[in-house]
Parts: sequence; C-alpha cells; structure tokens
Amino acid sequence: MNSVNTPSSIRVLDERSDQVWTKGSGKEFVCDKKSAAGSVTQRACAFCGSRVVLYPIADALHIVHGPIGCAVYNWDIRGSLSSGSQLNRNSFSTDLAEKEVIFGGEKKLKASLLELINFYQPKAAFVYSTCIVGLIGDDVGAVCKQVTKETGIDCIPVDSPGFKGTKKSGYQAACEAAYKLVGTGDTNGISKYSINLLGEFNIAGEAWMIRKYYEKIGIQVVSTITGDGRVDDLRRCHGAKLNLVQCSGSMTHLSKLLKDDYGIPMERVSFFGFEDTARAIYAAAEHFGDPELMRRAEELVRDEISKYAPKLKEYKKRLKGKKAALYVGGAFKAFSLVLALRSLGMQTVLAGTQTGSAEDYEQLKEICDPGTVIVDDSNPLELAKFVLEKDVDLFIGGVKERPIAFKLGVAFCDHNHERKIPLAGFEGMVHFAEEVANSACSPIWKYAPRRQAKALRLPEPEPTAPLACEGGAA
Amino acid sequence: MLEGTTAEIRERKALRINPAKTCQPIGAMYAALGINKCMPHSHGSQGCCAYHRSQLTRHHKDPVVATTSSFTEGASVFGGMANLKTALSNIFNIYEPDIVAVHTTCLSEVIGDDIPMIIKKSAEDGIIPEGKVVIHTNTPSFAGSHVTGFSNQCAAFVKYLAESSGETKNVLNIFPGWVEPADMREMKRLAEMVGVEYIMAPDTSDVLDSPHDGKYHMYPDGGTTVAQLKAMGDSFLTLALGPLASTAAATELEKKCKVPNKVLELPIGVKATDEFVNALRLAGDTAVPADLEKERGRLVDMISDMSQYLHNLKIAIFGDPDHLTSMVSFLVEMGAKPMIVITGTPGKKWEAKMKEICSETNPEAEILAFSDIHYMHQWIKNNPVDLIMGNTYGKYVARTEKLPYVRFGFPILDRVGHRAFPSVGYTGGMRILEKITDALFDQRDREDPDHEVELVL
Repeated sequence: MNSVNTPSSIRVLDERSDQVWTKGSGKEFVCDKKSAAGSVTQRACAFCGSRVVLYPIADALHIVHGPIGCAVYNWDIRGSLSSGSQLNRNSFSTDLAEKEVIFGGEKKLKASLLELINFYQPKAAFVYSTCIVGLIGDDVGAVCKQVTKETGIDCIPVDSPGFKGTKKSGYQAACEAAYKLVGTGDTNGISKYSINLLGEFNIAGEAWMIRKYYEKIGIQVVSTITGDGRVDDLRRCHGAKLNLVQCSGSMTHLSKLLKDDYGIPMERVSFFGFEDTARAIYAAAEHFGDPELMRRAEELVRDEISKYAPKLKEYKKRLKGKKAALYVGGAFKAFSLVLALRSLGMQTVLAGTQTGSAEDYEQLKEICDPGTVIVDDSNPLELAKFVLEKDVDLFIGGVKERPIAFKLGVAFCDHNHERKIPLAGFEGMVHFAEEVANSACSPIWKYAPRRQAKALRLPEPEPTAPLACEGGAA
Repeated sequence: MLEGTTAEIRERKALRINPAKTCQPIGAMYAALGINKCMPHSHGSQGCCAYHRSQLTRHHKDPVVATTSSFTEGASVFGGMANLKTALSNIFNIYEPDIVAVHTTCLSEVIGDDIPMIIKKSAEDGIIPEGKVVIHTNTPSFAGSHVTGFSNQCAAFVKYLAESSGETKNVLNIFPGWVEPADMREMKRLAEMVGVEYIMAPDTSDVLDSPHDGKYHMYPDGGTTVAQLKAMGDSFLTLALGPLASTAAATELEKKCKVPNKVLELPIGVKATDEFVNALRLAGDTAVPADLEKERGRLVDMISDMSQYLHNLKIAIFGDPDHLTSMVSFLVEMGAKPMIVITGTPGKKWEAKMKEICSETNPEAEILAFSDIHYMHQWIKNNPVDLIMGNTYGKYVARTEKLPYVRFGFPILDRVGHRAFPSVGYTGGMRILEKITDALFDQRDREDPDHEVELVL
C-alpha cells in the first residue's frame, strides 16, 4: 500500500532525483525539464497557460477552438474580478466533433466567431488553439483575419496547443496574442508618471488595492495586465513610462516586447508582504526621480505600516516557530512567500514550483534557510513525504495540494487562482496572516492523529500495512 | 454575469455556449479511480490529466491521483509509443499500482496510437511486472461526452479482466453507473439489507470520500479489486444501473462470459428505487426486509406531506442523461412539472424516452439532447419556471433569474453535501425532497413581503 505515514517510505523517481535539492547538500539542481512520462505531475499544459493569462480581459470574447473539455475545465475557475463586463466568464467553444477532426474545423470556427461577435459585440476576440487544432492543421490565423475584415472586430489567434509544453510556453503565446493589440490605441492624456501593472490578475480584487497605492502618490496606472483587463487599456499601454512586472513567469515576454519596441523600462516587483510592497512602491517613485513622489510614497508606506503592523504582531505571536511548505506555480511568488512567512516568525522548510527557471531557483536557494528542501515539478507522494519529514504546520499551494494537506492534518492556505481573499499589499498581508493563523491554529487539528499522538505523548502511529516502497532509498 | 443572455433565441449552427457536458477522458478517470490500487493513466498532453484531476478534486474534495504520458511536439508527430512505455515503466517502478487503466485523449486518438499493441510490446519487454495488469479504453474527446468515457472504461474492465471459470456463483454484479461515492455506498447498503452477495464495479466509495486519518494514501482502501473484476464472469446476473453508463459493460459481460443482465434506471425516487430493490429481491430470492419497507414509507410520507408545494411546480433541469431520466421521473412522481430538460450529451432515443416520462404532468415539456445551458437560459426567459436544478454551472442562471436553485449531478464545485449524502434509494429521495423544499422556502422566507411571510409551511 502506497500510504504515506513515514517519510522514509517514499522514493523519489530516479529521473527526478536532481529536481529535488536540499540547501546545504552541495549537489546540483536541475529544473526547466519536461515532466517524466508516467509521473503524477502537478503541472498543466500550454493551453492552460494561455487561458489563465488572457482570461481576465473582461470585455473580450474568449473562444476555445477544440473539443468541449478544454473549454469546460478552465471555465470561470479563476477569481479574477472585473469591475464591469463579465463576458469572459462565459464558456464559448466550437465543440469539435469527429466530422471536423477529419475535414477540418475552419468553417465551424468562422461561423462560431461570426455568430458570437454579432450576438455580444465584444471589443476583441481571442481564439485559443487546442492540441487537436494543432494536429489537424486548421489555419486559425487565416480565419481570424477574415472575420476581423468582415466584422471590424480584432480576432486574435492564440497559438496554444497543449502539447507545445508546460504552462510556460502558453504564457509566451498569450503575451504574443495580447501584444497584437498593443500600440493600436490613443496615448493622449497619459501622464509622464505612469505605469502598467503586468502579471497582476486581480484575484479577489488585489489589482484594485495596488492601483490605489500608485494613484495616491500621483502615478497613473494605464493598464493592469490582465487583471480587470480591458481591450482598450491594452491598446494604449505602450504610452506608459514604466512597466512593473509582478508574475514574472507569465509576463516577462510581454514586458520585453514593450521594452524592445517602445523603450519602456521594466522592474520586477511583488506586492506580497510589507517589505516587497513597500519596495514596489518605492521602485516606481524612484524611477521617475521626482522627490515629491518619493515623499508621498514614504508617507503612504509609513501610514499603511503603522495601520497594519500592530495587527500583524498579534498574529506573529500565535504563529512564531511554525513551519511552512509551499508549492506554487511560479518562483517569484515563492520568494515573496518565504519572506512574508519569515516576517510572521515562520520558517519555510519546503519550497517548490511547477515552472521555475534556473535563475529563479538560484534566487530561491539564496533566500531559504539551510536544510530547506527545494523541489521542481513535484508530485503528491513527494510532497507528502517532505511535509511529514519536516513536520510541517502549514501548506501553501493550489487546488490539487489542498486535500493532500488536509488529509495529513496540515493547515492550508490557497495562494493560487482559487483564493477568495486579497492577499496583496499591506492590508493583504494582514489577511494572509489571519488566514494562516486561522488554518494553522484551527481547533480541528487537535483531532489529527499526528497532533493527537503528540498531545498524549504517544509514539507516532505505526504503518498499518507493509509499505510497498520500503527498501528504496529516500 | 449573464446579462448578455437575451430572450431572443437565435439559431446557432456551430457553437456551444456554457456547455452541459464535458469530454470523455474525465469519465474514464473517474471510473478507474473506483478500482482498488488502480492508477488511471491519461495518454496525451499533461494538461488533460491536470485538468481532470483538478476538476475531480474540486468536486470530491479528496486527492485524485493519475499519471500522464506528457506528450510533446515530438510525440505528436512520431506517435506516443515511447512515451507510454516510459510512463508504464515509471508508474510500476515508483507508484506500484496493481493495475494501470490507460485512456486516450483527442491527441493520441488523432495520431492513431495503437494502445493494445503498445501494451503487448510493454509486456514482452518486461515493463509490466508479473501479476500486474494494464488495460485500456478509447476515449476520443470529440465524440460523446464524459458519460461515454465512463461507460467505455467500465466496458474495458470487462473486456480485459472478466473471466468465466465455467462454474456460476451465487453472486450478483452491480454496475452502479456514474453516481457519487455516497450513492455507491447506499446501493451496497440496500443490497446488504436485502441480503444479496454482490460485486460492484467500479466503486469509488472509500476512495474519493476517504476519512481523515492523518495519512496520504495514494491508493485508499476502497475500490473493486482486480480479483473481483475477474470473478464477475462467474456471477449469475448483472444489474446495470443507468443505461448510458452501464449497458456497454453489461453487454460485454454477456458476450464474453454469458452472464445475463438487466438494465435499470438509476434508483432515484420511489419507482426507480422500487425497481432496484425488487431486482435485488428477485436476484437474492429473498423478501424485502421490513426496515426497508419503512424507509420507503417514510419517503412516500414526506412527499405527501409536502405535496401542496410540489404540485405543478415548474422546473427547469439540466445534467447527464441517466441522472435526468431518474430525477425527472421522481419530479413527476411528486406532481411537479418538468418544463425544460437539457443535456449536452447527444442522444435521440433518450429524448423520446424523456418525452414520455414528462407527458404525465407536462406533455409540452421541452426536451433536448446535445444542447447547452445558454439555450436553457434563453428558453426560461420566455417560459418562466419556479425552480432550476443542475450542476454548479447553472447557478448563475438561477442568480440572474432570481430563482431557487438545487444542485445535482456533476460537477458540484461549491457545496459539500453530495459527498456525504446519497441521492439514490429511499433515503436519497428524502434528501432531494428536502433540498427542493428548502430552496423554495428559503427564498420565500427571505423575499416575501412582511405581510405574506408565514411561520408554518
């Protein structure tokens, strides 16, 4: 029985052994590698990557060209809030059937686009290619061109067949698609102190909080890409004077295009935790070099911190010494989480990402404490192993990790698409602390066998069945 | 969010808006999870596998394990044989299942990978350890729906594993159809009450509704064992519940091992549960126990107690064909009026059957297979209803139209009750009735003007 209740019972897949690294071990670490066939990877595909990045553009039509499943599994799953149009929350699909697989789906796509555009009058349309479209060779670009010509609405192909790679290659395709709109709008009225917020998806309204900081100190936010996104904002975002890039994994490519073609400089920022949020606000103020901006920035940071720091202190008292594991999509989020947890008195003992790059992991290694296990492209068995081995109190991850943590009797905080409360900015940090404290100190854990054993000073429960993996090196 | 949906129904030639179905592989994955120590394997891009696991996790709130062939551009050109062989070798090496259930995806279907040949080659090359099994089913995403995938996977269990020793045993096979783990548990309880020895396949109870025990079990205790799947060939009868989900497996078993079968509707509501219980009684050559008679009596009693609120209650409902057949029959039993019944799964015959069921209270009911939630919504705007029933995706329609909503079917992403409480059997009927009346009454208690609010309902 592959039950995980003793850490040494689990082996790491041989092909993956150099994707698991312990700080202080001195061995090499490998990432950015295709998932081994047959592993229970937590990763998704290129299509998924494109879809999550572009989905928040609320007044665009998003149509999935492929069989029905691809349009269903990502239908309205991302808590990216829109302040206006909710068109993006519908699921539109060409629902390809056998006939089109044989004879091609171009006709069906064209008819679908015409019907939808006529019906909803969107600002633009994104057409996502799925595996099968990549394979049967539909010329999605040509169809988009025709429909754009006939309707006057920009139809933009997103080259995202799933087999192209992980979410990362989908991010690139999404950036390429979004970039088609850039430069087509009027940049009049854009201030000399203006920014775009890239890689901010407005989960639970976070973009609204962040936008306010900049507006308060006198910096105009031209667009948030793509949270609460609008087609017209994208069209004129090339008029902004600075790009602040948060989710670097998804948006580095777009910011690079904006830099190459329009000379807009970029700064990598994070809005998670007091330190990073303050740094992100100062970065913009500093960039524009106006002492008045800096003065207001300092004032804002001071005000916010004095407002929220006392609350944080309360949580820190409850959380001090607790241990955390995190497994998130991109690496930049992992850095911020490690720092934020540290500021709550917690130690990160396991850090991993689905799609981090070598450079990312270098930085992650830097900021983690010795003994921290770092994993790339992990799976449930491995994660469970390290959670138990390191006696973790809190797990931070996404939908697939949540029930695993709970089954092990470990607290959980969603730091992914499905989080329900804003965790960004100064106020968000308090929400984060509250959620972590609520989960980590939940009364339910006193019934978790591992804690129960500790409370009663009993030995840990013995494995109930012989472990299938025993004998293998951990 | 559905402010763009208008009452004007336009003809759509080529388009799905807010689907009432999903693709085959997720059904195959769900069925395979109901086999003990089975690793479902998705032969395609890794996104498919991640999506299905996430969706099943959101619905069941339990860890869902499955592997993928992780197709790349190379595999899409040269075929997925190398990927599948590597995958099988890795799976048996590290995850040590008893059985791997491979299902295809649109990608591997179009490439045309010959899975039986790859399995055979893997066996010859010693990749499949002694005593372990690899089975497969074809689940092209561009045909049928998720229910077809479930059905195909069930048929594959039989094709690959059922054996006939020549000696018929006094055991009944039950194919439960695509129902919740709690429903399978209830079906087993009924069979045990009636006193029949049975094998149920698949059985996701104790797999996807596993208790908290402080451990992570890659393979929880539940699920039909491979030995049981083999033994199904020696049973004297098969009950196939849910025609779309279970007929293929039952037919296959008849063909292969000469086990006769009886296809029944899912036991939801009085009549359909009666039929199931009766079939169990006949199979076991026993009497229906008094306790079960009482359960039935309590259901009938509850329906009659609430009947004044149920008569001519106008209901819009969408979901999967098997679920709808039984649920709509139950609604008709209560005296309610199904106004519109929609499924995304194709099926002309099903439409005819539904028409007949609805005719008792509403001969004019709008019945459509291969349709979507958007159409149902537009139709409701023209033909007002009192209540909507369906999976989570329908909640926005109810919200927009300010109507009470009862969740049933797959997936349910925003409630927990379906995990714990069955919809099948007499007790399941009582739960459905409670949910319907709660939804109606909660709305009235909240929204009726002061002078009309009543204490006693």
